[in-house]
Amino acid sequence: MSQSRRIAIVAGVFVVLQIVLALAAPSVAPYDPLAQDIVARMKGPSLAHWLGTDHLGRDIFSRILYGYRTALIACGIAVGLALVIGGSLGLLAAFYRGWWDRIIMRAMDILFAFPVMLLAIGIIAMLGPRTESAAIAIAVVYVPIFARLIRGPAMVLVESDFVAGIRSIGATDLRIMLRHILPNLASVILVQSSLLLSAAILVEASLSFLGLGTQPPTPSLGLMLAEGRNFVLLSPWNAIFAGLGILLLSLGFNLLGDALRDELDPRLRGQS
Amino acid sequence: MLRHLLQRSLDLVIVLFGISVIVFLMIRLIPGDAVAIMLGANTEVTPERVAAMRGALGLDRPLLEQYWVWLSHALRGDFGTSIWTGRPVMQEIAAQIWPTLQLTLFSLVLGAGLAIPLGCLMAHWRGGRADLVLRVGAIAGLTIPSFWLGIVMLIVVATLAPSFASLGYVPFSEDPLGNLQRLLLPAVALALPILANLSRLVRTAMLDALGQDYIRTARAKGLGERAVLYRHALRNALIPFITSVGIMTGYLLGGAIVVEQVFSIPGLGRLILGAIAERNYPLVQATILVVTVGFVLVNALVDFAYALIDPRLRTAS
Repeated sequence: MSQSRRIAIVAGVFVVLQIVLALAAPSVAPYDPLAQDIVARMKGPSLAHWLGTDHLGRDIFSRILYGYRTALIACGIAVGLALVIGGSLGLLAAFYRGWWDRIIMRAMDILFAFPVMLLAIGIIAMLGPRTESAAIAIAVVYVPIFARLIRGPAMVLVESDFVAGIRSIGATDLRIMLRHILPNLASVILVQSSLLLSAAILVEASLSFLGLGTQPPTPSLGLMLAEGRNFVLLSPWNAIFAGLGILLLSLGFNLLGDALRDELDPRLRGQS
Repeated sequence: MLRHLLQRSLDLVIVLFGISVIVFLMIRLIPGDAVAIMLGANTEVTPERVAAMRGALGLDRPLLEQYWVWLSHALRGDFGTSIWTGRPVMQEIAAQIWPTLQLTLFSLVLGAGLAIPLGCLMAHWRGGRADLVLRVGAIAGLTIPSFWLGIVMLIVVATLAPSFASLGYVPFSEDPLGNLQRLLLPAVALALPILANLSRLVRTAMLDALGQDYIRTARAKGLGERAVLYRHALRNALIPFITSVGIMTGYLLGGAIVVEQVFSIPGLGRLILGAIAERNYPLVQATILVVTVGFVLVNALVDFAYALIDPRLRTAS
């Protein structure tokens, strides 16, 4: 088995495990993530509280599991939205060329010119700080990335003989795009979605850390880090474990995307 | 060559125009009445106050006229006065931009500087165990949240060396050593993801370059390994590297805003978060515009410099 395939399998198992833990949080988490126990606050890891408790005595492990849920739902929606909108734009640009292409890709260049965090902060300033705003902001930021990603390979496919053949038997434009071009781009989309999910998790955590994403008391990893930061010298556990949680969640998707790219890209096969 | 530069200049103007339109529309696209929201953050909302502020911000005129007035003022560096403090917006930005710029530059030098030797080592050891460890390490580095790394370093430093000043900011002109000391931890935290990203890029580019015909020619004519690596392979590998460094600057600017909060540095992060909290939209708008335009211009400069350096672009018409 090649090295990249082994990494892909390990990363895949790791990612699935985290997703299952996040979705099953209500039945897996040992405590209610919002239940306060002021007497047992800011304690280190123990048998009762595996990762300790925060400044209000809430169980850190349970909050991390629920935080995973918040992060995965927000980032999943964000990347999904970006894929649908950006992907469609890229596909249209590649298919119709000419003015369509010029106008769409120009607009994408302009969106792409903004530093990611700054554009996200600007969008949240308009929509108000909420989890939904953070998801929309991340989606907008990633639209040009998907558009550019899809346009290149889609153009090659549009020019190919098999598409000319399908067109000659009378397939409609929409059918060609959805049934014949899109499936051929599946591996590119899969790899990029995984890598962007990894990045989106970091952006969502940053935004929540700044107070611009998920609002308390909803458990969110970035928010836990911000709360932990205020008590860091009294009790570092909240900040340390929340950050580790962000790191592991993001790392899983990044390793997976990276290994999938090596595995699915024929040009890289044989190299290590 | 001239055509290439002209084309690039035209692209640049279009992108800058687009940025100005998006930033201009921000305040107009706020759901609900932006003026009432702004007033509601600090004072009681009365119809007279709303009308007065709308007039002051020029929001009662036709959209195209608003854009024209806004743009022509912005081009002269005039973004009006801050709603609550009454100071010119540009002055507020200028007062807080330096810590952010210095932090960004510091971490860029750190990350990009170390990425070249590290990437070369990875290319040199390709396929081996050391390469695998470094590659996985690079992915881990890519996903370490800078703001978390900053907090962890704060904890470690506070435990091991309590006298090390790691919070806040002092201007370089007042206390050069104290300035660098306080920027050290945040810069390291910010530089690590950049280092991970760029070293991977150098590795791939070096491997790419080493497989090219001209490398075989260089070896065939008897050049030493060192000359082949540094004079031929590395120089070509640096072309994609420089483009990425330009893009990284944008990432760093954003990251700096977050990391500043960890280390209590009074930079653009504090300015923009404060502005959002008090619904000071013109200040948010101006900050985003100034930083984005600066970022785009820096990248354009890199691009132009490139066309001058790369002989293939120089001769291409």
